[in-house]
Amino acid sequence: MSKESVIQKKPFAVTLDVGTSLLNKTGSWRTNRPVYVDRLPPCNNACPAGENIQAWLFEAEEGNYEAAWRKIMEENPFPSVMGRVCYQPCETACNRVKLDESVGINSVERFLGDQASKYDWKIAAGEPTGKRVIVVGAGPGGLAAAYHLRRFGHEVTVFESASKAGGMLRWGIPKYRLPREKLNVEIDRIEEMGVEIRLDTPVDDLKAAMEEGGFDAAFLAVGAHTPKSLDIPISGNIPVIEGINLLRDVELEQTRYLKGRVVVYGGGNTAMDVARTAKRLTGFTPRVIVRRARERMAAHDFEVHEALEEVVDIFNLRTIKEIRGNTFVLEKMVPDDSGRPLPTGQFEEIEGDVLVMALGQESELGMLRSLPGIEVKWGVVTVNAGMMTGHPGIFAGGDMVPSERTVTTAIGHGKKAARNIDAWLRGESYKTDTKHQIVTYDMLNTWYYSDAPRTIRPTLEVIRRQSGFAEVIGDLNEENALFEARRCMSCGNCFECDNCYGICPDNAITKLGPGHRFEFKYDYCKGCGMCATECPCGAIEVVPEEI
Amino acid sequence: MPQLPESKQKVKFYQTGTFTVGNRLLEQDQRTVQATIDRSNSLDSGHRACQGCGEALGARFAIDAAMRATNNQLIAANATGCLEVFTTPYPETAWSIPWIHSLFGNAAAVASGIAAALKVKGRNDVRVIAQGGDGGTTDIGFGCLSGTFDRNDDVLYICYNNQAYMNTGVQRSSATPAAARTATTQPVGDEPGNVFNTGKSVPLVAIAHQIPYVATASVHDLHDLELKVTRAMQIRGARYIEIFVPCPLGWGSLPGDTIKIARYAVECGMYPLLEGEYGEITAVTKIRRRVSVADYLKLQRRFAHVFKPGNAHQLEQLQAIADRNIRRFDLISREGDI
Repeated sequence: MSKESVIQKKPFAVTLDVGTSLLNKTGSWRTNRPVYVDRLPPCNNACPAGENIQAWLFEAEEGNYEAAWRKIMEENPFPSVMGRVCYQPCETACNRVKLDESVGINSVERFLGDQASKYDWKIAAGEPTGKRVIVVGAGPGGLAAAYHLRRFGHEVTVFESASKAGGMLRWGIPKYRLPREKLNVEIDRIEEMGVEIRLDTPVDDLKAAMEEGGFDAAFLAVGAHTPKSLDIPISGNIPVIEGINLLRDVELEQTRYLKGRVVVYGGGNTAMDVARTAKRLTGFTPRVIVRRARERMAAHDFEVHEALEEVVDIFNLRTIKEIRGNTFVLEKMVPDDSGRPLPTGQFEEIEGDVLVMALGQESELGMLRSLPGIEVKWGVVTVNAGMMTGHPGIFAGGDMVPSERTVTTAIGHGKKAARNIDAWLRGESYKTDTKHQIVTYDMLNTWYYSDAPRTIRPTLEVIRRQSGFAEVIGDLNEENALFEARRCMSCGNCFECDNCYGICPDNAITKLGPGHRFEFKYDYCKGCGMCATECPCGAIEVVPEEI
Repeated sequence: MPQLPESKQKVKFYQTGTFTVGNRLLEQDQRTVQATIDRSNSLDSGHRACQGCGEALGARFAIDAAMRATNNQLIAANATGCLEVFTTPYPETAWSIPWIHSLFGNAAAVASGIAAALKVKGRNDVRVIAQGGDGGTTDIGFGCLSGTFDRNDDVLYICYNNQAYMNTGVQRSSATPAAARTATTQPVGDEPGNVFNTGKSVPLVAIAHQIPYVATASVHDLHDLELKVTRAMQIRGARYIEIFVPCPLGWGSLPGDTIKIARYAVECGMYPLLEGEYGEITAVTKIRRRVSVADYLKLQRRFAHVFKPGNAHQLEQLQAIADRNIRRFDLISREGDI
């Protein structure tokens, strides 16, 4: 063939049709792979009741208050109460503390709880199972267990020795911290689910009570109501009252004996409540004698703080040596290296008219006599990780088992016990989900969060607090509550800010639409990791690709 | 409700405000184009830019916003450079818009020609963008660019500034910052890296042309960037936007840090975000959380030498440049500013 004919047959140049770069799967470059994760926010991790706080704040941010409330109710039937009496370990743990101030979780919870009573939201009982559970004690732990058991569909009867339900919520926490109508609404809601509460019905013998009522399992939450005693030499006839009894009498409005200068002995929350109550009833400045130093007092900081605001004198590092007439002889103490107070042999005297003992309480456990296998150690009942005592089918929680002795802890026990009882009744064992990784501050990209200081709840002026029982801490209104909810940084859980979707240089993320989050297109993702760096809340993890 | 001076939002508090790409708590029209499911993805997947490429990101941000603003009636001319090379290896294209590759130096002139042709054809609904890197803009294409400005042709020129010739192996351009290491400004001798007191700021040069609109933007602040592109598309005549686009390869930074570096460049004062109209600076984007120049530099190996013994004076000089920018352009909010 001649040269000329070759040229004639072959085209001068080949023109290819234009193709899209989508044919080029750049995902093959990747050595690291981004993955969406749900991490555990520190607030959820800290909550003794196991609330999914981030999840309900997520709903509240959008103004879906009922959905937010229902999220709380999956874990805790007392949002209105919690929003008043919980000592807020969630807020202590909140990552936002390191940015400006913690999110006011507690105030939002209270707002949601109060919305529920305003709009009369209800919770339905579960499908009937035919199983019967006895709950002993209608305190926060017992009622929480009853509530959850009822949601599982079991029949629940609560035996309560007192004339009203509520336990320490009613008899131990003064009205100025927890108005009774708020408590009653949440107890009534549990009763409306079909939980029977038998008041004035103490259980002396649990075995007999269970056999008589045909109960399949029991949850015990009798609390700790018996005051611890201490012998103090007293000459004269000064009245001596137990703090816990005083708080009960305040509730029953039978406190005429409380007059003059009150001296409170003890440094726990009860001591603070007694002193603040005494201030309101007597008008005199109460004196609180505390063996330990200020920073080691058993009472929560905010309680001590509020008590001091209301002008309560706290004498730290003192014990009451003896009482002669109206003269209290105090011995000064010094802490040793470990902080334990030691006596010094130095004394001082103060005057007082009434002594209130607030040295803590013990549980009354006589009803367990007839049941084998139950171990009592240091005055509390031993339980396993599923809240079951040594006797099969008998579960216990709250102040009568080894615990922190707070309302929220008791509620957490009630929930945990209910889940384990439910599993036990079905012949199974309850399995907890594996815990996700906790979100630390360095996992967040806080540049993206707007600067927003915390909304301070209105606090009742001190002068009104000193003389009355009106609620000390006020409510947030809807605008404030919404603002506060929106301060949540949603640690470790995608809140659909579109950052990853927007900033991927390879357009390698699909947006699935509201509520459905996002998906990686691994065909194109080159693994640069920018999505993980720029995720505000730490919900993307970069892991090495298996090669 | 406290006002949020640093945010573009004029509404009450919404968790992340307008700092994130989207925000489910905002009204649709307050979210970005990039947050929408149906954004045009003018520069689509499968392009061959490096991992974490700031230019690929900046180009999609800008062109998607321009597409939205022009109702998808857009033509782009593209100077030679990384952006052209990584998007269009023959016969593939990552562009989903009418796109023409010009020479290295004449993108502005080509765009001017397209604009003239459209005018002749009476198609004033179709808009024209020219785009290129800093080499094709501040050096090689500077004459054509100045001509487009001078004639006030109806073209938006977008410069993706990654501060060197990255495509050919990281050589110095007139947009390379002082002290930076490039292939042609090695970190050796008494004054390592690029020399001080040279180079040019094309945004200020563009303002000096008294054209209708000039702006600088950064890939870390998407709301600000989209506002500026949208604004530019609402105006006829010559317009110039320079977008700060970090280059992991040329700067020696982690691919995942691209946006962070852009943020630090702006927040330390090194790269001021400005708007200018008809010869005057009309607005600046204030610094929100100030960082030091050292914070910005230490994420990049091209500045590693300024942290070595004996080079402290370089770091001081660079901080002085940032401080001067802050002073000159008034980049920090004062009490009472909204």
